[in-house]
Amino acid sequence: MSRRVLLIEDEPNIIEAIRFLLTRDGWNVNTHSDGTDAVKVVQEAKPDLVILDMMLPGRSGMDILRDLREIVELAGLPVLMLTARGQSRDRDMAEKAGVSRFMTKPFSNTEVLTAVRDLVAQASRS
Amino acid sequence: MASLNLLLSVCFCYVILLFLVAFVADRLAARGRSTWLRSPLIYTLSLSIYCTAWTFYGAVGYAARSGLEFVTIYLGPTLVMIGWWWGLRKLVRIGRSHRVTSIADLLSSRYGKSNTLAIGVTILAVIGVTPYISLQLQSITLSFSIFADADPGSDDRVGATVIWVAAGLAVFAILFGTRNLDANERHHGVVMAIAIEAVVKLVALLAVGVFVVWQVSGGIEATMARIDASEIGRWQVDGGRWASITFLAAAAFVCLPRMFQVMVVENDDERHLRTAAWAFPLYLLLMSLFVVPIAAIGLELMPAGSNPDLFVLTIPLSQGREGLAMLSFLGGFSSATSMVIVAAMALSTMVSNQIVMPIWLSSQTQQASQSGDVRKIVLLSRRISIGAIMVLGVAYYEMSGGGAALASIGLISFAGIAQILPALVGGLFWRGATRLGAIAGLSVGFGIWMFSLLLPGLGSGLIPQHVMEQGLFGIAALRPHALFSITGMDPIEHCVLWSLTLNTLAFFIVSVASFPNPVERLQGAQFVNVFEHSAGPRGWTGSVAQSEDLMVMTQRILGTQDARDLFQREAALQGEYGQLPEPTPEFLERLERQLAGSVGAATAHAMIGQIVGGSSVSVQDLLAVADESAQMLEYSSQLEAQSEELSRTARKLREANEKLTQISLQKDTFLSQVSHELRTPMTSIRAFSEILRDASDLDEADKRKYATIIHDEALRLTRLLNDLLDLSVLESGQVSLNMRPGNVKDVLDHSIVSALAGADGSLDVIRDEASERIPLYSDLDRLAQVFINLITNALKYCDAGQPQLRITARTAGDNVVVDMVDNGSGIPTEAQAMVFEKFARVSAEKAGGAGLGLAICREIMQRLGGDVVYLAGQSGAGFRVTLPTKGEIKG
Repeated sequence: MSRRVLLIEDEPNIIEAIRFLLTRDGWNVNTHSDGTDAVKVVQEAKPDLVILDMMLPGRSGMDILRDLREIVELAGLPVLMLTARGQSRDRDMAEKAGVSRFMTKPFSNTEVLTAVRDLVAQASRS
Repeated sequence: MASLNLLLSVCFCYVILLFLVAFVADRLAARGRSTWLRSPLIYTLSLSIYCTAWTFYGAVGYAARSGLEFVTIYLGPTLVMIGWWWGLRKLVRIGRSHRVTSIADLLSSRYGKSNTLAIGVTILAVIGVTPYISLQLQSITLSFSIFADADPGSDDRVGATVIWVAAGLAVFAILFGTRNLDANERHHGVVMAIAIEAVVKLVALLAVGVFVVWQVSGGIEATMARIDASEIGRWQVDGGRWASITFLAAAAFVCLPRMFQVMVVENDDERHLRTAAWAFPLYLLLMSLFVVPIAAIGLELMPAGSNPDLFVLTIPLSQGREGLAMLSFLGGFSSATSMVIVAAMALSTMVSNQIVMPIWLSSQTQQASQSGDVRKIVLLSRRISIGAIMVLGVAYYEMSGGGAALASIGLISFAGIAQILPALVGGLFWRGATRLGAIAGLSVGFGIWMFSLLLPGLGSGLIPQHVMEQGLFGIAALRPHALFSITGMDPIEHCVLWSLTLNTLAFFIVSVASFPNPVERLQGAQFVNVFEHSAGPRGWTGSVAQSEDLMVMTQRILGTQDARDLFQREAALQGEYGQLPEPTPEFLERLERQLAGSVGAATAHAMIGQIVGGSSVSVQDLLAVADESAQMLEYSSQLEAQSEELSRTARKLREANEKLTQISLQKDTFLSQVSHELRTPMTSIRAFSEILRDASDLDEADKRKYATIIHDEALRLTRLLNDLLDLSVLESGQVSLNMRPGNVKDVLDHSIVSALAGADGSLDVIRDEASERIPLYSDLDRLAQVFINLITNALKYCDAGQPQLRITARTAGDNVVVDMVDNGSGIPTEAQAMVFEKFARVSAEKAGGAGLGLAICREIMQRLGGDVVYLAGQSGAGFRVTLPTKGEIKG
């Protein structure tokens, strides 16, 4: 069974690009574009990895990340965080909140693919 | 002949009427409908209590005995009213501003709150006025007896009338004179009643006069002839006696307790004095008009030996005019009663405030903290005082046998009261006058008056015959009627000359020789210069007003609100209802501490001591106060300057800091927003360009699709950069506006076309083109940019099934107002405030814009001298653009 990635992002073109990339690499991609109920969606979907945008309508990616890290059954879930704001303060905050990988937009496609593969591999090893 | 019974019933009805008048006037005053009660006319009429039964009956008798000399009694007050009304005004002003309750209070207050002086003046007044009251009672009895003589078998009733009349007057004075405690609250009822009585006595005397001249005598000429023929025309004018009696009348007019009561205490408005200055002399003139004719005709008409004091009554009676006699009786009755009532009130206030209350308070020092009912005690003591004064009057009447001529008793009284004059006038106009001087002058004058006039006048027996003839201790210079061996003078003239001269001399010499204490000096300055600071401190007179005085003083030091809070707190602590706590020692101690915090300990102590203790302020106290004040002034001015500068600097720093923080925060936010808006399209562009580059197996449709995305995102980037540049230029103020004339309609036409061209959605624009023809002078391209932006927003965000945009234009003053309202669901209230902020996006969905449009619109409108605002409360989202029709470039 193919590994599942949940992409939480509100920019349609970016969703399209990431979905294309990961699907071609053999990942099963689900998307969600609203921050408000994102935590619930993650709990129900139980993906192997979450790609989380920082600026989302309804709720910020940072808050969602903090909530996810509080949930015991989601322990070890890799979270790849994307941000367009490019401030070092955001990276510090995200790392403190327990982000698995933090990437600034625009990213290179290879970078994203490598990160997704690595993170899921690490998670399954441990 | 009128029966005594009829007379008694008329008299009774009249008294009832007076009670009613007083009652109604009090009621009206209590309801605040007292404007007419306070007219200068009423004030003038109330002054007429000067004209007592003495003037009503006695003046005729006086004229019959001594010719024109009776005029002096009217001349004195007339001279005072006309020539010295400014002095009276000062008296009234002082009385009002120091809340003086009586003439004794005034003198005591002026001379350093001296209790001795107050008691002395009170005793003098009681002794001086008692004969006067008995004179009134005598006149009423006499007039009754006239009727009784004509009504045989009623003699027994006349004897009792004095008691009944005295009792009735006491009841009236108690009812209407001691209803309120604060002497500053006027006794409207009493004043109104005496004003009525003033009219009655004037009308009565005029009626008798007219009757005598035109009915009895047969016209003016006949009357003049009879006067010439009578003894009156041949009386010699004794210059010395004239001068001294005129002076006495003038002095009494100012010093009599009852005159002080109506003139100063009951005065509502200083300006009433102006009216009274001419109206009262006019009243006196009318009162004196027929005195000589009545006297002359009475002498001629009435049997020899009949009492000329009663001509006013006996002439009408002898002519069979009972009605007129009755009216005349009522006139005399009015004169007597009004005088007695006011005199009793004035004296009772003095006795109660200056003698009874101080004694009571000093006996209560131990339980001072629990004395909650001082007011009741004060009223009670006043009521008892009124009763006592009436008893004294009756007693004097019984003692003197009621035989002496009315006028001579009156003059004895006047001479006694006049002893107050030097201390009074000196106190008002001479700062050097001292308490000791006043006491010395009063004692000397009072002593001489007693010795040379009052005691001899009381009839034989009081002063042994050998003293009268050989002088006190056998010294010829001390004969009562020939002091210093000067003989041959009229007793009145003699007494007035010596008593007042020596009184004034003693007052002056002792004043110069003695040193006034500080309170005296303070009060002296306040009295003499009352017009300079009559809004200044009030006198602390009367023990009942202490808390109020403390309150006033505290307000001046702590401020109104703090003082009120403090007093309310203290009152609550004491369990008192209301604002004013009792001045208990504990309260005073706390108050002193509180005040000491503001004005220094010495000052606080001195201030409270002055109000409460009645203890005088010593020179040391004053020096300590001065030192303290000087130091504190210097300190506080330095501190004030320093702290003011410090707080100014601190405020500036804080403001600068706040501004910097805000700017830095705005910059951070802006940068991260710009970063986000730039990176997002760039992410798409990079991702899809890499896909196109790396994925060789893409079909044509995908390739085209991805290329289109790249193209769109590149356009979005360009738009964003353009907006950013535009905004930056507008914000920095470096924009150059292209002002030109045009028309709102043309601008709208152009904007609508531009906005709708190539749009995806549909939008019905509803306009009233006729009303849009408003000429204007502005940057039309920039204005169109704003309109296009607003129309585009409607296109993008209006969520109605059939989107509509209603555009209305009108002029308002020098402005054009253009409203654009769509039929969508509008912008939520909480978001309305921020729609003009940069990067503000209201809806969750992306709409292609970067969120700078409205920010740019606002910048543009402000540059054009107008504004764009959100129109809340419309059916949909609405914006209002306002701009001047003749714009000038702003900024």
